[in-house]
Amino acid sequence: MSLGAELRALSLTEAIEQIRAGRFSAVEYGAAYREAAGRDDLNAYLEVVAVREGEQPDPSAPLAGAPIAIKDIFCTEGVATTAGSRILANYRPPYTATAVQRLLDGGASLLGKLNMDEFAMGSSNENSAFGPVLNPWDRDRVPGGSSGGSAAAVAGGLAPAALGTDTGGSIRQPAALCGLVGLKPTYGAISRYGMIAFASSLDQCGPLTRTVADAALLSSLMEGVDRRDSTAVGIPGGIAIPNRTDLKGLRLGVPRELAGEAEGIEAGVRAQFERALALCEELGAAVAETELPNAPHGISAYYVLAPAEASANLARFDGVRYGLRVADHQSDLTEMYERTRAAGLGPEVKRRIMLGTYALSSGYYDAYYGQAQKVRTKISDDFRAAFADFDLLVTPTSPSVAFKLGARAADPLAMYMSDYCTVPISLAGLPALSLPCGLAAPDDGGPELPVGLQIVAPAFAESRLLDAAHAIEAALGFDCAAVRREIGVEGARNG
Amino acid sequence: MADFEAVIGLEIHVQLATKTKMFCSCELSFGAEPNIHTCPVCLGHPGTLPVSNEQAIRFGIETALALGCEIAPRSIFHRKNYFYPDLSKGYQISQYDIPLGSSGRLGEVRIHRAHLEEDAAKLSHLGESGRIDGSDASLVDFNRGGTPLIEIVTEPDIRDAAIAREWLQLLRSTLRQLGVSDCNMEEGSLRCDANISIRRRGEPELGVKTELKNMNSFRFIERGIEAEIARQIELVEAGGRVDQATMHFDPASGSLTVLRSKEFAHDYRYFPEPDLVPLAPSLELIAEIRAALPELPETRIERYIGELGIPGDAARVLGFDAAAAEFFEAALALGGASPSALSGWVTGELAAALREAGHAGVGDSALSSSGLAALAGLVEAKTINRRTGREILVRLVSQGGDPVAIVEAEGLGSVSDADALSEIVDRALAAQPKAADQVAAGNQKAVGPIVGFVMRETKGRADGPEVTRLIRAKLGLD
Repeated sequence: MSLGAELRALSLTEAIEQIRAGRFSAVEYGAAYREAAGRDDLNAYLEVVAVREGEQPDPSAPLAGAPIAIKDIFCTEGVATTAGSRILANYRPPYTATAVQRLLDGGASLLGKLNMDEFAMGSSNENSAFGPVLNPWDRDRVPGGSSGGSAAAVAGGLAPAALGTDTGGSIRQPAALCGLVGLKPTYGAISRYGMIAFASSLDQCGPLTRTVADAALLSSLMEGVDRRDSTAVGIPGGIAIPNRTDLKGLRLGVPRELAGEAEGIEAGVRAQFERALALCEELGAAVAETELPNAPHGISAYYVLAPAEASANLARFDGVRYGLRVADHQSDLTEMYERTRAAGLGPEVKRRIMLGTYALSSGYYDAYYGQAQKVRTKISDDFRAAFADFDLLVTPTSPSVAFKLGARAADPLAMYMSDYCTVPISLAGLPALSLPCGLAAPDDGGPELPVGLQIVAPAFAESRLLDAAHAIEAALGFDCAAVRREIGVEGARNG
Repeated sequence: MADFEAVIGLEIHVQLATKTKMFCSCELSFGAEPNIHTCPVCLGHPGTLPVSNEQAIRFGIETALALGCEIAPRSIFHRKNYFYPDLSKGYQISQYDIPLGSSGRLGEVRIHRAHLEEDAAKLSHLGESGRIDGSDASLVDFNRGGTPLIEIVTEPDIRDAAIAREWLQLLRSTLRQLGVSDCNMEEGSLRCDANISIRRRGEPELGVKTELKNMNSFRFIERGIEAEIARQIELVEAGGRVDQATMHFDPASGSLTVLRSKEFAHDYRYFPEPDLVPLAPSLELIAEIRAALPELPETRIERYIGELGIPGDAARVLGFDAAAAEFFEAALALGGASPSALSGWVTGELAAALREAGHAGVGDSALSSSGLAALAGLVEAKTINRRTGREILVRLVSQGGDPVAIVEAEGLGSVSDADALSEIVDRALAAQPKAADQVAAGNQKAVGPIVGFVMRETKGRADGPEVTRLIRAKLGLD
C-alpha cells in the first residue's frame, strides 16, 4: 500500500492528530489528495487548486494544513467559481466567502472546487453545466445533489472532507447516498457571505465528512457571527467536539409523516431505519412516535418559496457586470438579457425562475407565496410542539438509496420527492445531520448502497445533535467501503 | 368655462448624508471618477449580502420624526424586482407594506409615508438619442449605486404649483436643519416627482393622475407642474380624457412628453428581503432621537411670529435658513435692539450685503453677532440714521469691527442738535423755493430736493424722517 493511500484512509481528525504527532507532514497529506484529485474519474472536481505560493502549513492550527475541498458555490478570490453554471463559467470572484476564509484561517489548504447542480438546484447532480457526477459506490448511479461533487469526492477518497450547502436537503441527501456524515447547521449558524444564493431564507452551509468528529471540527471553525451577514448569529456556546457513547436520558421522536407513513420509502431503507431505531434504544434512548402534521406539505411550500427567492437571487446574472454576455452590436438591452440568460442558464434553473416569478406576480402572490409562508410557519410550529416532548427527531434522510443516472431526470416531481424528508427541517431552519446507518439494496435491484439516518435537533442544539450522532456512529460501525475500494486499501476501516 | 382645481402629491427622494452606502461600507461620493467607490456588495457580485447602515436608519428615524410621522415598531425591507443596468442585483432593496414612518405632517401637507431604500447607479447614454434605446453605448457608474435614500410621499394636499414649490423649500430646510442631507437638487441629492390630477371644483372624486418625473430645480418643479395642469385642463376642456402616464418636462422648451404609459407599468413582484433582519427601533432609541431633534423651521417660524412679533416674511426667511436664524438669535440675546428691527437687518440689509460681497452665509463674513446688535441698536436709538447704518454694515461684513467705535472715531453720529438742524432746513427751503411751493401745495414728492439739500449739508447724517417733519412744520402743513 502506497503512503498516499495510507494517508487517505484516515479520517480528517485522525490525519490531523498524526500530522501533529509528526508521523507525516501536512505537505505530504495535501500532496496525496492533490495527486488523487488530479485523477478524478467521478467528475467531482471542477478544478483542483495547487498549493498557493507562500502557503505554510501550521501543525498547531486547528486543521494543521489539511486540504479541504469546497463546493463550487463558495466564492474564492481569484479562483474560478461557477455554481455549476455556464453563466459563471469564467467568473473569478474578487473575494472569498466567510465560511471558506474561516477554514483557511483555521489552517486549511484549499484543495479544489467541486461539481454541483447548477445554482444548487437539483437532487442528483445531473443539472450541472459541467456534466453529472458519478457515485463512487456505483458509477451508474447519482451521488445525490446538489452537493453531489462534495459527496462523491469524500466518498471516493478524493478529499478528506468537503463543504456543501443545503437549501432543502443538498448536504444531507448526497451524504446519505454516498455513505457520509452531512451536517446542515441551524439557519444563521454559519455566515452565508460569499455563498452564491439559491434561496436566501433556507441556504445554509455545512460539512460532508467521513465521521461525526470531522463534521464537528469543521462546523466549530465556521460558525459564528459575521458583520457581512446580518442573519448570521452563530451558535451560542459554539460546537463541542462530540465524545458521547450512549443515548441515555435522550428522548427520540419518530415523526410518522416522515417515517412510517411516508410514501415512497424503499423497503431496504425502511429496514435499515428500523434497525437504527432499535440500536438507539439499545444505547439507552427512549424512542417513541410523534407527529408533524404539516410536514407533508413541506415540498409544496418549498417549491413556491425557494423558486420565488431564486427568481430574484438569479436576476443579477444579466451579462452587464460579469459572467457570460451574449450579444452583438445590433442587440438592444432586452435582447442582450434574453440571449445571455437563454444561453447561460440550464433548464431546471429556468424552470424554477419561471415558477418563482409566477408565484410572486401581482394577483398570484397571496395564493402562492403568501400561502406557502403560512405553511412554513405551521411546519415550524409542528417542530416546536414535537421538541416539547423530544430531544431529537429521527427519520430516514432519503426515501431511496442512490438511483440510476437519468432515472428521474425527465420527471421533476419524482426528483423533488427525493427531498421529502429533509425539506420540512429546512423550512423550520433547524439543524439536522445525516448519518450512514447501513446498506440496502435498491427496490429496482442491484448491489447494496448506503442508507442515511437523519437526526434533527432544536435550533442551535448542534452539540446535542453531534453528540448523539457520535454515539450512534460508534455503535453502528458503518464501513465506508467505497472509500476503501477507491483508495485501494481493503481491510482498513475509516473512522 | 369650467372651473378646475389641481390636486398634487409629491414623491421626494432624498440622499442621506451618511459616510457610507446603505448596505455596504463604500464611501458616498459625488463627481468622483466613475466606479471607484464600489465593492462586491454594491456591484451585486454573486454571494454578497447587504447589511443595513445604522447611521442611515438613525437619519431615517430622525427624518420621519421631524415630519411628524409615527415610527413603525417593526418594519422590514422588501425586494423590488426589475431588470435595468443601473440595478446591480436585479432588484432594489426598499420598504413596501410597512414603511419606517407614516401618517405625518409638515406645514399644511400631510405625509403619507417615509421609507428607506437604496439609490440606483447612474447611467449615461452615448449618442444622439440620450436614452438607452438607440444609444451607441450606455455607461454605468456604480459610485451612486447603493446610496441611502429616504423616500417621502405626501398625501395629495397641494392645490397649486407655487405652493408645491414653497412646501418643497420648507421640506428642504427641515432636512438641512436635521443635517440628514445636503438636499442639493442639481447634484440629485433631492429629487422630486409630482403626481398631478385635475377635477372640477367641488368634485370629491380624484381625477386620473399623471406622474411628472425628474425635475431638478425648484423653478422647474413649479413650471413643470404648471405646464402639466394646463395640459390636463386643455385636454379635458377639448372633450378629451387624461390617461395615466409618466411624463417628462423639458425646461428648455417647456414641453411635456410621455415617458411611459400605463400599459407598460411594471409588476415589481415585491417580497420580503430575506437577507436583512427587520428594523425594530426600541422605544428608548426613538425617544432619544426625538429628544435630540433640533428646532425645526416650521416651529421656529411660529415662534418668531407668535413670541417675538417678527413680521411673517422675515420670520419665514429666518425659519428656512438655520445659519441666519442662529446669528439672529445670538445678536438678539445681546440686547440693545428689538426682535423685529434685528430681523429686518438680518433678512434685509445683511442679506443684501452678503450677496454683494459674494458670501454664501454670514459665517463667511467678518461680521460678528455683537457687531450687528450694536449697529441695529445705534439705528434704533437714532444715534445714526439707517443709511449710515447700511454703509457701516458693508464695512463690518468685509472687515469686522465695532460700530460704536467707528461712529465715534469718524463722527458719523446723526445731527441731533435741533437748532442746528432747524437752521439747515431753513436754508434748504430758501435754496429750493420751487420745491417748497409744490410741497406746500400738497405735492409730497417734491420734498426730495429739499431733503437732498439737508443731507448734502449734513453729509448724510441727518435723520430723514425728522428732516421731513421739520420741512412740513415750517411750511405750516401739520
